[in-house]
Amino acid sequence: MSAFVEERHDPVRILRLGSAVRLRVHRRSVAVGLTLLAAIVAIGLVTLGTGDYPISVPDTIDTLLGGGTPIQHFIIETLRLPRLLTAILVGAALAVGGALFQSLSRNPLGSPDVIGFNSGAATGALVVLLVLHGSAGSVSMGAIIGGVGTALAVYVLAMRRGVSGYRLILVGIGMAAMLESANSYLLTRSELNEAQSAAAWLVGSLNGRSWEQVRPVAIALVVLLPAAIRVSRDLRLLELGDDTARGLGVHAERSRLAAIVVGVGLSAVATASAGPIGFIALAAPQVSRRLTGAQGPGVIPAALCGAMLLSASDLAAQRVFAPTQLPVGVATGVVGGLYLAWLLSREWKKGRG
Amino acid sequence: MSRLTAKGLTLGYDQRRIVDDLTLAVPDGSFTVIVGANGSGKSTLLRGLARLLNPHSGGVYLDGEQIHRLRSKEVARRLGLLPQGPTAPDGIVVSDLVGRGRHPHVGLLKQWSEGDQKAVDGAMAATNTTDLRNRYVDELSGGQRQRVWIAMALAQQTPLLLLDEPTTYLDIAHQVDVLELCAELHEEHGRTLVVVLHDLNHACRYATHLVAMREGRIVAEGAPTDIVTAELVEKVFGLRCRVIPDPETGTPLVVPARGRRTRTPKGSLDDPAATREAVC
Repeated sequence: MSAFVEERHDPVRILRLGSAVRLRVHRRSVAVGLTLLAAIVAIGLVTLGTGDYPISVPDTIDTLLGGGTPIQHFIIETLRLPRLLTAILVGAALAVGGALFQSLSRNPLGSPDVIGFNSGAATGALVVLLVLHGSAGSVSMGAIIGGVGTALAVYVLAMRRGVSGYRLILVGIGMAAMLESANSYLLTRSELNEAQSAAAWLVGSLNGRSWEQVRPVAIALVVLLPAAIRVSRDLRLLELGDDTARGLGVHAERSRLAAIVVGVGLSAVATASAGPIGFIALAAPQVSRRLTGAQGPGVIPAALCGAMLLSASDLAAQRVFAPTQLPVGVATGVVGGLYLAWLLSREWKKGRG
Repeated sequence: MSRLTAKGLTLGYDQRRIVDDLTLAVPDGSFTVIVGANGSGKSTLLRGLARLLNPHSGGVYLDGEQIHRLRSKEVARRLGLLPQGPTAPDGIVVSDLVGRGRHPHVGLLKQWSEGDQKAVDGAMAATNTTDLRNRYVDELSGGQRQRVWIAMALAQQTPLLLLDEPTTYLDIAHQVDVLELCAELHEEHGRTLVVVLHDLNHACRYATHLVAMREGRIVAEGAPTDIVTAELVEKVFGLRCRVIPDPETGTPLVVPARGRRTRTPKGSLDDPAATREAVC
C-alpha cells in the first residue's frame, strides 16, 4: 500500500501575467517542451550543415545571423532552410491533427493516418497525377480534396447521434482499406515512370522543398494552432464523456465539429505539402503524452514532439544512406516506431500501460 | 419558489415517448429524489432537467428562463450534473479530475484563481477525498471513485446539483456513505439536490421531496411520510408490500410481501397441498 499513498509533487502551477491573465501550467509539460525545443534547434543546426557541401555549426549560426560566404548563404537559405522548416511545420501540423483526433475518439488508433485521411489524400493525388496528368500544384490540391472528402465521408457515415470513438475508427479503417485498393488499382494501370513518381509521392518526401511550400503550411499553422489550443480545452472535458462535459458547460457537438474541422485542416495541409507521411500523427501525441504525463490533447507538446520527430527523421533520411536520399516517410516509421515501442515497453515494466 | 421547473415536458428518443407531458417544480433547498421502476423515465427526466435532451414539447425552466435558450456555460454555473457511471480517462489524477469541475468558471486567459483552488479544496474536504488528491482515479475503489466524482460536481459550486443513480455499483456501506454525504451537502451547504435512486427505502430515508414516476408521468410527489403507502408502491413498482415506520428514522420503510406465488389465485408456499398440486 505504501506505493499508493506516496505524495506526488503538485503537477500544476499558476503563471500570472499582470492581473488579467492567469495560466495553469503543467510543470513537466514546460520542461518537456523546452527540451523538445532545444532538440529541434540542435537537429536543425546539424541538418543545415549536412549534405554534399558540409558547413560547420558555428558557420551555420553565423550564416543564419546574416554572415557567411555567398555560397554558404545560398546553400543554407535557399536549399536547406526551406526543407528544414517544412519538416518542422509539417511535423507539428500532423502531430496536432493526430492529437485532436485521438482525443476525440478516445483512442490512439483514432489518428488521421489510421482512419483513412492519408489514403484519401493519396487517392486525390493519384487521380491528379495519373489520370489528369496535373502539375505539382494541382497534385497538392488533389490531395487536399481527397483528404477532406474522405474525412467528410467518414464523419457522415460514423455519425449517428454524435460520433463515437469506435465507430469513427471502424468506419475509417474500412474506408482506408477501400481507398488503398483504389490506389493500388490506379498505380497498376499507369505507365512505369508515372507510377514511380507516384510511388515516391506516396511515401511522403521533403526533397527539394522551397519557400513556396513553406508559406502555406506556416499560414495554416498560424491560423489553426490557436484554434486547436482553444478546442483542446473542450476536448479535455469531452474525454470525461459527453454527459459530464455538457454538465460542465461544453457544447459537445459544436466542439467536436470544430475539433474535426481543425484536425482535418491541419492534416490536409501537411499532406499537401509533404505527401502522406505516416506515423507522426499516430506516434507524436502518444510520445508527448507519455513524456509530459499530462492529461488531455496537449496541443503544444504534441506539436513540438511532431516537429522534433519529423526533423530528426528527415536528418536520418538524408544522412544514413548518403549520398542516396531516402524519402522521409521511410524514416518516420523507423524512428517513431522504435521510440514509441521503447516508451511503451518501459511503461509496461513499470506496470502502467 | 422553484428555480428549476418543467412544464408540459415531453422527452423521448426518436419517436418513442419516455417522459410524457410532465410538470414538476423542484422545491428550492430540497433533497428531491426521483424513484420509479426500470424504464419509468426517471433517468430520462433527470437528463432532460440537465438540458442533455431536447424536449419534444414543453420545456425546462431555470430561474424562469428556458434552459435551452441559456448559454451552456451560464447554465453550468447554476446547475451541476453527475451522470450515471461516468468514465475517467486513463491515468488522470484525482486533483486534476476535481479541478475540471471549475470549467464553467474559468476562461482562456483567466485559467485559475485562489477562488478556484478554494472551491476544489473545499469540494475534496467535503467529500473526504483530500488524502486521495495525488492518486490515480483508476486505482481507487468504487466508493472512493464515486466520492471523487461528487467532489468534481461540487467544485462546480452550483446551487442546484443533479445526480443520476450515484449509488449504483456500490456495496451497502458505500451507498449509505454517498447518501449521507448528499444529505450533508443538502443540510449544511443548503444546496438543492435532485437525485435518481433505485432503492425506495434509501429514497424514503433521505428525501425531503419524493417524486414517484410510472410510464413517464408523476404518480405522486411530496414528503415520503405523506405519500408512501402500500398502494403507491404497488402502483409504481407493481410490488405488494407492507409499509412500516423505519425503526431508525421513523420514515416509511417498505417491506416486500413474501413470494411471487402469492399472486397465483390458488394457495401459497404455506400450503403444501396447493404447492404439490401446482407442481403436478
